[in-house]
This record gives sequence, C-alpha cells and structure tokens, in this order.
Amino acid sequence: MAKVKSLSDLKKMREELQSKVNLREKSDHPEGMVQIKVAMATCGIASGAKETMDYIVNELDNRAIDAVVTQTGCMGYCYAEPTIEVTLPGEKPVIFGYVDDKKAKEIIEKYIQGGELVDGVIPVTYETIDEHNEE
Amino acid sequence: MTPEEVIDEIKRSGLRGRGGGGFPTGLKWELTRKVKAEQKYVVCNADEGDPGAFMDRSILEGDPHTVLEAMAINGYCTEASKGLIYIRAEYPLAIERLKIAIDQAREYGLLGDDIFGTGFSFDIELRYGAGAFVCGEETALIHSMEGLRGEPTVKPPFPSESGYKGAPTNVNNVETYASVPVILLKGADWFSSIGTEKSKGTKVFALAGKVNNVGLVEVPMGTTLREVIFDIGGGIKGGKKFKAVQTGGPSGGCLTEKHLDIPIDYDNLIASGSMMGSGGMIVMDEDDCMVSVAKFYLDFTVEESCGKCAPCRIGNKRLYEMLDTITQGKGTVEDLSKLRNLANVIKDTSLCGLGQTSPNPVLSTMDNFYDEYLAHVKDHKCPSGQCKALMSYIIKEDACVGCTLCARVCPVDAISGEKKMPHVIDQSICIKCGACFEKCKFDAIFIE
Repeated sequence: MAKVKSLSDLKKMREELQSKVNLREKSDHPEGMVQIKVAMATCGIASGAKETMDYIVNELDNRAIDAVVTQTGCMGYCYAEPTIEVTLPGEKPVIFGYVDDKKAKEIIEKYIQGGELVDGVIPVTYETIDEHNEE
Repeated sequence: MTPEEVIDEIKRSGLRGRGGGGFPTGLKWELTRKVKAEQKYVVCNADEGDPGAFMDRSILEGDPHTVLEAMAINGYCTEASKGLIYIRAEYPLAIERLKIAIDQAREYGLLGDDIFGTGFSFDIELRYGAGAFVCGEETALIHSMEGLRGEPTVKPPFPSESGYKGAPTNVNNVETYASVPVILLKGADWFSSIGTEKSKGTKVFALAGKVNNVGLVEVPMGTTLREVIFDIGGGIKGGKKFKAVQTGGPSGGCLTEKHLDIPIDYDNLIASGSMMGSGGMIVMDEDDCMVSVAKFYLDFTVEESCGKCAPCRIGNKRLYEMLDTITQGKGTVEDLSKLRNLANVIKDTSLCGLGQTSPNPVLSTMDNFYDEYLAHVKDHKCPSGQCKALMSYIIKEDACVGCTLCARVCPVDAISGEKKMPHVIDQSICIKCGACFEKCKFDAIFIE
C-alpha cells in the first residue's frame, strides 16, 4: 500500500477505487458474482456466524459457484442472527435470518442455484434516507 | 475547507451529542478551538454502559474508519494532534477491529505526521476502560484515562478548557463522530433536512425487551415510539398488551401508552419525563411489575455509583431498600411519599449525571403507575404477579386429580395430600419457586 502524500493522491485513489466498485457492481459477468455478506459483529459471532461463514465458503467451493463472501457489521436484526445478505446478479439484495449450516445449504441449493426463494427471508422494514426524502 | 468552515458546517447541520445529553456538537468544537494551548486532545467516548445497549459497538465493529476520520476532522478543527479512544475492555472484537483500522489508516498516511503534505499531524491511540458505568461521564472518563480513579469532578472547568492532563479536550460519543464525515460529504443542508426542528439527523436505538423483532433500529428523529415498537419492532411478543417502554437506560424513565405518538427527539423525551440517553429502548408488557423494574434499574445504579458524593452513594442505597420493602409487601403508604422525597433530593444534590438521573426510573414509574405502587403497599398485592413475596401458588381442588407430581417436584416439601386426592400447598413453607406450577399437567395450580 502506497502512502497517500497529497490531496491529489487521495483524489486519484478515490477514482481508482470507485471504478473498481463500479466494476464489481455493474459486472457484465452474469452467472458469476453472487455476493454474500455475513453479519459478523459480536452478536452474530455469538450466534454462530463464524460457523455459517466457514460452511458457506466451503460449500460454494465444493459446488464451484463463483461468489464473493464478505463479512459485514451488525445489520440490526439481532433477533434473527446469524443473518446473511445474498445479492444475485441483477437482483435486489435479500436478507435471510437464522442461517445455520442447514439453512445455508438450503439457500445455496434453492436460492443461489435454483433462483427459488426459501423461507427465512427478513422482510425489508426500512427505507433509506434518500428514499424517504424522495417521497 | 478551513477549520472555521468545518465547524460552521457542523453547527448548521444541527448535530447534537448522541451520548445522551444532546449538547450541540458544533458549539462544543468551537469552544475547544477557542482555548489556546500547545497541546489539545480529541477523545472518543466508547464507554457504552447502558444495560442492553450496543449501538456504539456495532459502529466500531462495522465501520471503525468513519470514527477515525471524524476524530481527525475534529483534530483539524480544534488544532489537536492527538486522539484517544476510551473503549471498554468488554468489547474485544471492537478493539481488535479498531486496531486494524488504525494500522491501515497509518499505512495509507491518513493518520500520522504531515497528513497529505498539509502540515497537519494527527494520531490516535486506544485507552481501555474496565467497564464502569460512571466512566461514560466525561470528567470521570478523563480521570480514568489519566490512570486515576474513575470519579467525576465538578464542571466547570469543562473538558474543553481543562481536560486530559489539564489540556483542552474535545469529548464526543462514537455515534456523534460517526455522523460527522457524512455531514461534510453531503452537506449540512442534507443532514438538517432529516429530523425535527431541534433534533436533526437519525438516531440508532437498541430495541429490546418484549418485542418480536429485537435489534438495532436507525430512524430519523421525530419518528414516533409507536412506529418503532409496532411497525419496526413487530409488536409485543405473544400478542400481549403493551405497558411501557423504558428509554435512556438507568438514567431514563418509563413512557406509557399515552406517550406512544409523540415524535422522538431530545426535547420531547425530556418533556415526557424520560430522556434520549444513548438510545436503549426496553419494551415491557402487561406481565411486568413496574416497581420491580424501578428496583432493577436502581440495583444497577447502586452497583455503579462511584461513591464520591453522599446523595448518590447513600441515597440510592436507601431508595433501593425502600423499594425492596415494598416488593416484599412490607411497605406502607407513607413509604411512597418518603420514596418520592428522597428521589427528589438525590436528583437535586448529586454531583454528576449518574446521581442526578438515577432516581428517574423511580419517579417516572411513580408518576405513570401510581396504582401499582398503591396495590403493593395497600393491598399487599402485585398486580402483575411478579413480586414473589406477594403472590401465592394455590391448587384448585376440583382440577387436581392427585397425581402427586407437584409434591414430588417441590424442593421444600410444602405440598401434601393423599394419592388421587386434591393436594394442598402449605403457604408458610412455600418458597414460590414455581416448580409445581410448571410441572402440573392439569392446570390445577394458579397464581394469586
């Protein structure tokens, strides 16, 4: 990692990183790039998010599914930990709750591979501030 | 942007301290900036101590960089070169992630000497707290960081004049800092477009207790309690009736049905006898005894009182004993006026925020649920059936088939009766453990 030495360095870096993010978000690689975020704050880990994450990474490897599994912070759904957010290419993110190994397997088999929704989806009960202001 | 412009932007945004008091953040920064000193400090208060609250932990674990960035911005504004994060040792994961974030920031040159070649230097260190509630108070927090006992001192002098090691110190809470970068990125107008007239932006609440969806909730200021509890929280568990919601942790108060539709902001909550606090929200249903709730919070403040000033150290202890007498069914009506008097004295004469606010749970439950207190002292009954000393387990003769199961599980042999004949509980022996009640297959035991 190069040290940022001036404001113009920072701006350049921002552009680079932003183009990378765009590349990731607007990937033209449709069958690939399933994104899975596992909530890994203290609450999630206490409920077994580590095991869930390990399982998902292994299982995706076994099935040779091209996916990005990342950690994220607390999503706020403490009653339903461990929670994961799955984004299929071109689809809106879906959040699943109570994801243990069994549930993870079901999600990978049915939702990620089959595109069919399974039980355990946490309904979207929120709107972002930008959405709120547009109303 | 010059430091003045940044402070002006924060002031215009209307951001107020998220730690509980609601002091205007921009003004605090300006006060620290105005004091001339060679060394100043920026402190982040990550000593989150309310029972059941973990908003700050989630921010530090999820996005530590935003806090680091805001602290550096504050350093730029107040001409401080050193930042300190006071975090409790009970948050090991947050500490680990903060350390990683600080290392990353140093590696990129976002922290350190001569940042971006601007001549501005800023670095951040961690200080660990041992988890004392009183150390969330800024003067106590500073003493704890200096290696002294975590006891508050009289303000003024405020930390902005004389704080850490006697130097001007800006202390803000994690959530407050986390709001700063986004204000500068999107502008004060954007931020102040959210919220109510006097409370801008959003607030995170830790929703807990008897609601279906417990968890963290971020809502614009001005959202009603009803929306938070019933829409987002999914209503009361088991379809029971809502009774009260406790906001502001041990320093806050209980709000009832009639407060459900007030928009949540700093001033409205104080006007209704509670406070914003750091954002804990504990929901209670019809089964909760409000006297026991007040006792629970007082138990916490008695434990956490630092013992420096007499009203808090002795007064709260006495307050707790009175509440205990009431829940034992030994209280009198005179006790209630004594309780209120003592609570007011503690409130008026304590040194720091902990003592000044510690009787709030008692006062607010007395205001809103006086009937329940009366039932405890007059009829010696607990309407919710929570106070063990005031309830009795009784066997219904006609429902009891004499299976002897209750007699066998009773740990103190208080239940007697012939086989296939109705059993009886000897109330003088019964310790109200509830074992018989849980085991009975014929619903023959009820609580009175």
